[in-house]
Amino acid sequence: MGLVSAPVDEPSDTPSSADAERPQRGGPPPTSVGPGEEAYLGTLGFLEESPENKRRARNIGIAYLVAAVVCLVVFARGDGGVSTFGISDDSSFSVAGIPLAWFTAVTLAALGGAQIMRGTGKWTAAAASVAAILFVFTFMAWAAAGQSFSLTGTLQDALKAATPLVLGALAGIMCERSGIINIAIEGLLLSGAFTSALVGSLTNIWIGIVAAMIASCLLALLLAWLAIRFSVDQVIAGFAINFFVLGLTSFLDSRVLTRNPDYNSVKTIGDIEVPILSDIPFIGPILFEQSFYVYTALALVGIIGWALFRTKWGLRTRAVGEHPQAAGTLGVNVIRRRYYNLAMAGAIAGFGGSWWTADVGRFNENITNGRGFIALAVVIVGRWNPFGALLAALLFGFADALALKFSFLGTGIPSEFLEMAPFLVTLVVVASFGRGARPPKALGQPYEQQ
Amino acid sequence: MELELRGITKRFPGVVANDDVNLTVRTGEVLALVGENGAGKSTLMNIMYGLYHADEGEIVVDGTPQTFASPGDAIAAGIGMVHQHFMLVPVFTVAENVVLGVEPTGFLGRIERDEAHRQVAEISAQYGLDLDPEALVETLPVGIQQRIEILKVLFRNAEIVVFDEPTAVLTPQEIEEFFNIVDALKAAGKGIVFITHKLKEALRIADRISVLRRGKTVGSADPKEINEVQLAEMMVGRPVQLVVEKEHAEPGPATLSVDDLHVVTPEGRSVLDHISFDVRAGEIVGVAGVQGNGQTELVEALTGLRDPVSGTVTIDGSDITTATPREVHDARIAHIPEDRQRSGLVGAFSVAENMVLTSYASEPFSSGFLMNWSKAREVAAELVEQYDVRTPSIDTPASNLSGGNQQKVIVARELSRELRAVIASQPTRGVDVGSIEYIHAQIVKARDEGVAVLVVSTELDEVMALADRVVVMYRGRIVANLRRDETDHSEVGLFMAGAKEQQPA
Repeated sequence: MGLVSAPVDEPSDTPSSADAERPQRGGPPPTSVGPGEEAYLGTLGFLEESPENKRRARNIGIAYLVAAVVCLVVFARGDGGVSTFGISDDSSFSVAGIPLAWFTAVTLAALGGAQIMRGTGKWTAAAASVAAILFVFTFMAWAAAGQSFSLTGTLQDALKAATPLVLGALAGIMCERSGIINIAIEGLLLSGAFTSALVGSLTNIWIGIVAAMIASCLLALLLAWLAIRFSVDQVIAGFAINFFVLGLTSFLDSRVLTRNPDYNSVKTIGDIEVPILSDIPFIGPILFEQSFYVYTALALVGIIGWALFRTKWGLRTRAVGEHPQAAGTLGVNVIRRRYYNLAMAGAIAGFGGSWWTADVGRFNENITNGRGFIALAVVIVGRWNPFGALLAALLFGFADALALKFSFLGTGIPSEFLEMAPFLVTLVVVASFGRGARPPKALGQPYEQQ
Repeated sequence: MELELRGITKRFPGVVANDDVNLTVRTGEVLALVGENGAGKSTLMNIMYGLYHADEGEIVVDGTPQTFASPGDAIAAGIGMVHQHFMLVPVFTVAENVVLGVEPTGFLGRIERDEAHRQVAEISAQYGLDLDPEALVETLPVGIQQRIEILKVLFRNAEIVVFDEPTAVLTPQEIEEFFNIVDALKAAGKGIVFITHKLKEALRIADRISVLRRGKTVGSADPKEINEVQLAEMMVGRPVQLVVEKEHAEPGPATLSVDDLHVVTPEGRSVLDHISFDVRAGEIVGVAGVQGNGQTELVEALTGLRDPVSGTVTIDGSDITTATPREVHDARIAHIPEDRQRSGLVGAFSVAENMVLTSYASEPFSSGFLMNWSKAREVAAELVEQYDVRTPSIDTPASNLSGGNQQKVIVARELSRELRAVIASQPTRGVDVGSIEYIHAQIVKARDEGVAVLVVSTELDEVMALADRVVVMYRGRIVANLRRDETDHSEVGLFMAGAKEQQPA
């Protein structure tokens, strides 16, 4: 629930002419920001240690110590095997699990101690990254003890698994930057997956993809219509769409697709090897032996990231999401902008949904399996920025790929736990990095054209 | 250019906000539109700007009737508006805010940033606005933000500029600068509509004054031929008392003492920086300051809503630094909160229920388990009578009352018991002149009964009218603690702007 409630910034405040005098709660009139807010820093020149900050520093320190204990108790007690990490077909390196676990434990304990004693200040983020990478690597060495493990393959899978998350998150960003909460990413992805499977089976995958984009676009417009025309609570409207799509696609799956296998069989889209670039060692296979979804998603990140911060469309979209009244009084059509953005977001999510079909060639009940909600977390952790979202999606994709790998390796970790892992990572990451995220100010607030 | 409003009528459910209003403004003049809160000034301006649509009447520009379907149409017709609550996106730069909606663009809608900066800097220099196009709006003081609003309007080639309560958020010095800008605009041939309820300012800057009362234009006046009292009478419709009548204070011993109070926000910002002062029995201490300089946090710390990092608050010697709001209430301290809708009243509750909101749990309203509603209603009816609350009945939801009457409900609830101290924050914000008079009289009455009174207000006039002693807050510190009879508006204004600091005696 944490990741679901996080983007709901403030309870929406219905503006009425009667209390125009009253400063809007959480709303944007800059008068309430006051002249002092930023200026205080200038005058005092430093941030005082608030109890909150101290507590936070201590909590991070404790987290390090807990991780160190896990290293000692779990990882340093493996069967002592050496794990081999493959980098390419003919090169690999080996790591002895137990010494690595000891090394990690000592490093984490030292970091934890430093953090509790006096905080790591501006190095906090860097230290956390180092610690996290070390910890994950130790975990991998432990889990893969005595076996060989393809690092390249896992990173390749990570990028692949990140693709629908990136597309879902881009849809979320398009939506939320213009001020409408999009809880319905899951439903939009699922409808894209179903439509592309059905239409793709009857025609071909490319027409299926276009149909998926149209279907999810219409669903997104339904969300926009509920949110804008009727001021329905956007979280509830989004959830309704999710359940509606889940129910409808499950029903059609069992009644139509299962009985007519011809309706659920699509020729998958293979990977495209980029000439020359894919020959680069290590990087090549990871980045340039992928499906066209990966390339398209990366291109979309660049395009939307550029457009959001450099173009007229982006400026207006952000204005509408931050302070719709300001945009409205300058003659920007707030409502039309929101409809347009929702339609585009729907199309992107529909495209993202067709990823499953193009990958496995068919639709299964609830095939998206909560990835739309992880995409929502990606939006938050990526701070409503396409490039940030890409990084966050890669993190989740990595967790996904790792879980998959370990289930093949047969490490003795229960498969249910491995399936749970991406969501666990979501919780931890949102809890630790989601707090500083500042959503668009007008997110979730209905705009009333006066 | 000449802009004329003819017979404008606008009805909202239950109220006629504008009733056959006529108004004309030409380029090169300053028209002041004065009226009380709720007189329909803002509605009228929103019609002029295409945000509302009049039910009757027409807008005529240079003799041609026009329909403004949206602000875009009004902008195209040469009308610009500076709203009371600034319409600026805090996370955007000055230039981004200015060009929004009329962006200079290149290939694929890319914003020509350099071109935008150049244009913004050019207009800024032309009118002496002194703005940096690349500065982030949320880092700028309110006075500068207002200049961005003006620049936005000029950027769109407005001929008529409407200012809605432009001085409400400014320090006295910023108000002077603002008037200089208005003069510059007038000299450049712009027409200006200046909406205000501050009569002094209307008299100071306007060429003509139009008065709006209960949605109707009740007349116009020449500022050279009318004085403040006459204008106030026109505005309210009856003779008004503009000064608070009070005897000389005879303060007793210190009742409410604040010593070295230090408050830090969860983000680590020091909002109250080791402040100390006393409020003595039978004395009104007024806290002056521009909004956002720690006044809100001070009131929260005093009333138990916020715990300080260090320092103490005592009432008659007993420590209430970390007391809960209930304990503060039980220590016989009244609190009139700054935002009545948010923390003073429950809008959906009836007047009677709101009247017992702080005392419902004790005798005689509760016997420990069950509410004694008949007693509560009896008391509420008395208070409504005694404090002149204009309400159809005590069962009317509080949200249906006017701002002034809502405030009177709070004043009645808070001041109608035996008290040691009163903490009143913005006691008359958004309240009509009649209710202001009444609320001020009640506050003075409490003082005369020997209660220690702390009044926090961002309206300097209010502080100066009520206070026996004036404390000025600037950036979380007390920069001056002055006797009212030894200071004046301009001195306090300098302290408010941080231009001056009192040396500890």
